[in-house]
Amino acid sequence: MSVFLILTVLGVLALAGFVLARQRAMALAGGDARRLHSRPNYYGWHGSIMAAVPAMLFLAVWQIVQPMVIESRLSGMFPPEMVQDDSARTLLFADVRRIAAGLESAIASGAMSADEASALDAGAVRDRLAATGVALGADVQPETLAAAQEYRGLATVGGLWRTVLVLALAVAGLAYAIKLTGPEFRARNRVEGVVLALLMLASTIAILTTVGIVLSMLSESIRFFGMYPIQDFFFGLTWSPAFQGNSQLGLLPLLWGTLYITLISMLVAVPVGLFAAIYLAEFADARVRAVVKPLIEVIAGIPTVVFGLFALVTVGPLVRDWIAMPTGLGNSGSSVVTAGIVIGILNIPFISSLSDDIITAVPQSLRDGSLGLGATKAETVTQVVLPAALPGIVGAVLMATSRAIGETMIVTMGAGAAAQLNLNPFEAMTTITVKIVSQLTGDTEFNSPETLVAFALGISLFVITLCLNVFALWIVRKYREQYE
Amino acid sequence: MNDMRLVERDVSNRQAKIEARGVQVHYGEKHALKDVDVAILDRTVTAFIGPSGCGKSTFLRCLNRMNDTVASAKVAGRITLDGQDIYDPRIDPVQLRAKVGMVFQKPNPFPKSIYENVAYGPKIHGLARSKAELDEIVETSLKKAALWNEVKDRLAAPGTGLSGGQQQRLCIARAVATAPEVLLMDEPCSALDPIATAQVEELIDELRSQFSVVIVTHSMQQAARVSQKTAFFHLGSLVEYGETGQIFTTPQDPRTEAYITGRIG
Repeated sequence: MSVFLILTVLGVLALAGFVLARQRAMALAGGDARRLHSRPNYYGWHGSIMAAVPAMLFLAVWQIVQPMVIESRLSGMFPPEMVQDDSARTLLFADVRRIAAGLESAIASGAMSADEASALDAGAVRDRLAATGVALGADVQPETLAAAQEYRGLATVGGLWRTVLVLALAVAGLAYAIKLTGPEFRARNRVEGVVLALLMLASTIAILTTVGIVLSMLSESIRFFGMYPIQDFFFGLTWSPAFQGNSQLGLLPLLWGTLYITLISMLVAVPVGLFAAIYLAEFADARVRAVVKPLIEVIAGIPTVVFGLFALVTVGPLVRDWIAMPTGLGNSGSSVVTAGIVIGILNIPFISSLSDDIITAVPQSLRDGSLGLGATKAETVTQVVLPAALPGIVGAVLMATSRAIGETMIVTMGAGAAAQLNLNPFEAMTTITVKIVSQLTGDTEFNSPETLVAFALGISLFVITLCLNVFALWIVRKYREQYE
Repeated sequence: MNDMRLVERDVSNRQAKIEARGVQVHYGEKHALKDVDVAILDRTVTAFIGPSGCGKSTFLRCLNRMNDTVASAKVAGRITLDGQDIYDPRIDPVQLRAKVGMVFQKPNPFPKSIYENVAYGPKIHGLARSKAELDEIVETSLKKAALWNEVKDRLAAPGTGLSGGQQQRLCIARAVATAPEVLLMDEPCSALDPIATAQVEELIDELRSQFSVVIVTHSMQQAARVSQKTAFFHLGSLVEYGETGQIFTTPQDPRTEAYITGRIG
């Protein structure tokens, strides 16, 4: 029975569990729901959960364990030198699985009988499978074929046991739930326990994923630092990867480019976004606000690639022709200023929309209090409303900063790809993110420092944004002015 | 104070500070205040009483033009402060509110330190020429609000960290620091416990020596305790206005009598 079919049957059993448990609860209560400890539906849900959840967990564990068990039993069939190396072993078992799956599908489509498939010899496998539409990369070794045959056998037996055990567990769970059901049984507490577990699971997934990301990047970074000196990476002033090796992979030019572009983008986004928010929250009347706020938010929906195009064909040439060339500061269409301006525009709706919400959330009583003392609107906004909203605004600005640091597409198209340490904002520069992409999409082999440096860059970026967030939290704590 | 002396309580001052003639307020379609005529005396506590929604807070907010901040509110009629029409286009509501301070129903200290809360008004109005002068204003205001002894050692602590009663007295100190001529109080004790209420009431009585105080209250006992003049509002109209003792002992209007004896409200 396939996994999908098993899940379907489990679904049916869960439904049956709901109906049966609910009915039994009602019957035992003499049809009067008030005599039950919990509402009738909780008994139903308890029946469903008992039928489906343990069986599904068992199925999930089985699905993970079965291939591991089979592989460990099959590795004995190969000569030790074939399974010593990890990557060779992975490739070998991929082959085994593919042949086994090919034979299965050949039998299923009627191109081969089961006996024929079992008696197939290694030389003919490739042609026979190719005739049924399964392409194999290389000629099949006799050991591989034997392993594939063994794999088929074990997988069939395993599949059978899986079906039997899972369904037995589901039926047992269902029966147990129905046996428990009765007016005194605390079905609600149990169901709520399961729901609570689900909520906790949801809240930990993001954290666990982050931990996983950090660990995977860390392990690759450690491999990188095994090949490339750590001090040269962090303090190197030159970034020039060479595909033949002997690259200079200094972080500083990229870090400088990242911070420079982020700084300029924030110089654009923070004043404009904040002023827009103040206007919308404090001065605009309701009709203007109803139109302008959604319009500003539309910017947030534009893909960054489109912004990149805007940087490439409009802002870049404008900056070059009207500012850089006349002042003699540069003649490049790609520049830090171009990317900074466009990323800034991208971030305006972030800052304005979040700040607007935060400013609007400042209680009206504070404004009244200030106005009631004879303060002007401007004094009220700058001395009472904005300080009260400050922690939230700092949060919004830092969110936008993180976005600016992580921005890739606009930088690629607006600031170019030349890594250099330069103070002139009209020169092309590049950022960490752009280089991560270009190092990973290059033609170099994965184990070279030129590729692995991407992970070291990634983890540096992660640490920078982390520090930024910690700093933001500190600022917010220090300057928090609590209202209500 | 002893409310048994109600009848003997006399109004020491006959000079009108604020005069309202034919004041009408509309909130959109709703006619919230109908044709109110009242003269509020200088250095006197005037109480506005009446059931919820009767227009007393609305009228109070007309007196310092706080209704300007409500977009749908339309005020008609004439209100004068020392003979000057406060709705005259030449009058800046900002200047008016410096003279007519306000304390709100819910304590609303700014999210700043206690000192900064009190110093806010004097600072924006430039009342102090030096830091020492400002310190002086803050101290006297807090003393007037009977809060100085409780907070003198922690002036840098946030005003929001005080208890409810202390917060309200801080708001009163903040209003007093601006040196207003009239102090409007919109149910200043509704969020306070009885002890804090008693402190605020005592304070109101003391403030009478310097300002004209107008207090909106739901508590008739409070009106009887603190005020010399009482105005009774009902359904947007000013029903009766007179000396507190007279209103509470021999009301002229049957609606006033019904309200103070608890039959409407």
